[in-house]
Amino acid sequence: MSSTHSPIEVTSDELRAMSPEEQMLAGAEADGVHVVHRRNRFPIPGTKAEKRAERGVAMCFLISALAGVGFVVAFVAMPFHWHLPGTPQTFRFYTPALGGLLAVMMLFMGVGLVLWAKWLMPEEEVVQDRHDEPSTEEDRLLTQATLMVGIDDTGLPRRSLILRTLGLAGGAIATVPLIAMVGGMIKKPGKQLEHTLFTPNPKLFPPAGLVPLVYSDWRRVSPDDILPGGIATVFPGIREVGADGKTGVTSASSPTLIIRLRPGQKVEARKGQASYGWPANAPEYVAFSKICTHAGCPASLYEQQTTRLLCPCHQSQFEVLKDAKPVFGPATRSLPKLPLGVEVGSDGRQYFVARSDYTEPIGPAYWERS
Amino acid sequence: MTANARRTGAPRTPAGKVAKFFDDRLNLAGPMRKQLNKVFPDHWSFMMGEIALYSFIILLLTGTYLTFFFDPSMADTVYHGRYVPMQNVEMSKAYESTLNITFDVRGGLVIRQIHHWAALMFVGAMLIHMFRVFFTGAFRKPRELNWLIGLTLIVLGIVEGFAGYTLPDDLLSGTGLRIADAIMLSIPVLGTWVSFLVFGGTFPGDLIIGRFYIVHVLVIPAILAALIGAHLALIVRQKHTEFPAPGRSEHTVSGERVFPIYAAKAGGFFFIVSAITCALGGLFQINPVWLFGPYNPAQVSSGSQPDWYMMFLDGSTRLFPSWEVRLWGHTLAPLFWPTVVLPGILLTLAVGYPFLEAKMTKDRLPHNMLQRPRDVPVRTSLGVMALTFYLVLFLSGGNDIIAKAFDISLNAMTWGGRILLLVAPPILYIITYRICLSLQRHDREVLEHGVETGIVKVLPTGEFIEVHQPLGPVDEHGHGQLAYAGTPVPKRMSQLGVGVPLRHIRGFFYPVKEKPEIQAAIDELEAAEADGQPARDEQHQLTD
Repeated sequence: MSSTHSPIEVTSDELRAMSPEEQMLAGAEADGVHVVHRRNRFPIPGTKAEKRAERGVAMCFLISALAGVGFVVAFVAMPFHWHLPGTPQTFRFYTPALGGLLAVMMLFMGVGLVLWAKWLMPEEEVVQDRHDEPSTEEDRLLTQATLMVGIDDTGLPRRSLILRTLGLAGGAIATVPLIAMVGGMIKKPGKQLEHTLFTPNPKLFPPAGLVPLVYSDWRRVSPDDILPGGIATVFPGIREVGADGKTGVTSASSPTLIIRLRPGQKVEARKGQASYGWPANAPEYVAFSKICTHAGCPASLYEQQTTRLLCPCHQSQFEVLKDAKPVFGPATRSLPKLPLGVEVGSDGRQYFVARSDYTEPIGPAYWERS
Repeated sequence: MTANARRTGAPRTPAGKVAKFFDDRLNLAGPMRKQLNKVFPDHWSFMMGEIALYSFIILLLTGTYLTFFFDPSMADTVYHGRYVPMQNVEMSKAYESTLNITFDVRGGLVIRQIHHWAALMFVGAMLIHMFRVFFTGAFRKPRELNWLIGLTLIVLGIVEGFAGYTLPDDLLSGTGLRIADAIMLSIPVLGTWVSFLVFGGTFPGDLIIGRFYIVHVLVIPAILAALIGAHLALIVRQKHTEFPAPGRSEHTVSGERVFPIYAAKAGGFFFIVSAITCALGGLFQINPVWLFGPYNPAQVSSGSQPDWYMMFLDGSTRLFPSWEVRLWGHTLAPLFWPTVVLPGILLTLAVGYPFLEAKMTKDRLPHNMLQRPRDVPVRTSLGVMALTFYLVLFLSGGNDIIAKAFDISLNAMTWGGRILLLVAPPILYIITYRICLSLQRHDREVLEHGVETGIVKVLPTGEFIEVHQPLGPVDEHGHGQLAYAGTPVPKRMSQLGVGVPLRHIRGFFYPVKEKPEIQAAIDELEAAEADGQPARDEQHQLTD
């Protein structure tokens, strides 16, 4: 077949004399669209096959409409309020029913349309000229000249003073709004990442300021609460809302894991941190930051048998007996250790306090960290 | 418009009057006809981009609905809603309003789930579409610009998805956000400043949900919509690529016209894609945030997984060894390499590929005809290599789940992933390359010797040979003369029309029998068409 049909040349009288189909073909030709094959799928009118196809498509649309009605009925009539287990759980059918009926409605609409096109609309094979050659040399030349003369008219090539000052102004326009917008969002990190709420706070806890350790429900943590081999997640007992809008329990840097060793277990402490556990001379309890030093997830899966802490996000593993040193996975730094102390409460029981803040930043590493 | 109206020039029908109203003002008749007559080629693999487009439309519709109920606030509140297990739990208003969408808004849960599924499908369809474009060479000149727009769409789609995933402020999304914070912190020099800028202070602060919300519902969708518009405008301008076939050429595009057939099929396909998202949203639970609980920095659940499009980054993070650089009192965190550098490299390679290929092959010509992957073994093998690399990362993103399901040591999974990541891609490269060459050879063998018929003949000499059916004219040695033209070569007799009944029986329960006189007319017409057939076939000679 040839792809270079010339646009049809017919008079308007000839056009008017054409049938609509011929006019359509003429219009297509004029647009460089050549209908090379076109065939009515049912050239003989009134065949059963045609009626069958028509009924099939109509059936699809009917099912779609019925599913739509079904959706409205289900939407209005079905129970959807959540109820406790043990009571009728009919609400559980609500979402599947809605989604299913919507899907049926959409599916049969879509299938009906596609079948309509495939079964009933004429077969056609159409070829369109792409006309995707680049512009002609002449066009390029003329456009280039238009641009050049235009630039020349502005005088920019000659007036370097204007060009340079314009460059300055353009630079300002491009950057100043950005600075104005982003500038307001800049916050100076300062030393904020180096401290947690365990920092002794004489104002809240006179006289020594040692911050008590609490559970998430603000109960104080006593050594007796934890069985040998057991763990507890604890927080600084500070109810005041800090700079980040959080209390001790909700602050992201606070979560701390106290582990009570089993008899006979001993932690090889890092240099200078031998006394961070409790009791200081022969630590039975050790407290590590729960925030993984890799990506900041809580490293909270403690395997009693292997004495390893696992972070479920990227599977870093920390050996508790080696002072929470990373032994597998992507983490590079040990979990920081909290110096534990104990004070006697008003009820005569012993309660944990933090003797000081962590001595290194908790959580993932960052540039300023040594 | 009736024929009558057309003859006199003055429209009389209501439709004609409307048409005249607009054409008088906008001069639309010519341009509109051109668009109605526009030709689109048909191939199943061209539907991936359509799926992405339709999912985006579904996302806009369902997303708009969700904004009517969602409260992007991190202010603390105590839940007193209908979902008893969360009663009196402290949570943010964002999480509370997500629970309310789930439990108190009639049909809210199904819309939320459709939105989530459509988002997963949006990114997935874009990625598969990208691989289709890659493996068929559709990115070549003149379509490099659309390749770049497409890549931008994928990156933005992933960021958009992550922002949306964060909004409910549940335990899972908060954990993801915490990792995102750690990734920001890992950036050399600027890391802490970037983190503090994004969060307005230390993580999590009380701004981030509000910020992500406006990014998720306005900023990125607006850019996505604009880029999708540009992507489609370029397709309209440059016209669609197509696979080579008899009668097709570089200078034409063949298929069906937009109106009415393509429009009906594409419109139908939109509804089918919608149906799939609705079925998924209704029948398959996704992101049940009410089971996760509100975000709490001290908690995490085992088996925490991000949405699938983030899993390759999660995987790279899990596999990357614990290498940390400490220099002059500064730290370059290990997280930086797998989460910033690696995606940067992957994206750079993808951005540069069309230009690199043109440079290496010195092919500067425009191409409208697609290539079969086997015909470009290097590209295909590179693509498979990239895909393998991606898949190893992707699977490693769920290596804890795999370890649990198959009772494999987690550490073995990590090491296996590390080794596979380096070893599998080159091996797959070689295998793919060999497969491509073999397929090429087989095509040429069939063109030369014909299709195996399965008929074995004994020659008078006693030699057994299989009879081959030549595909076209043969030379004096019996070798086929057809050259390979980049089209599928028929390899079975059934593909040549042998053994296939000419007309299958129509009917479901019983064959449809037409009335005798109608059947006679049909037979007559078919006979006439069969006579005219050779004339049509001549048009379809290979135009190589």
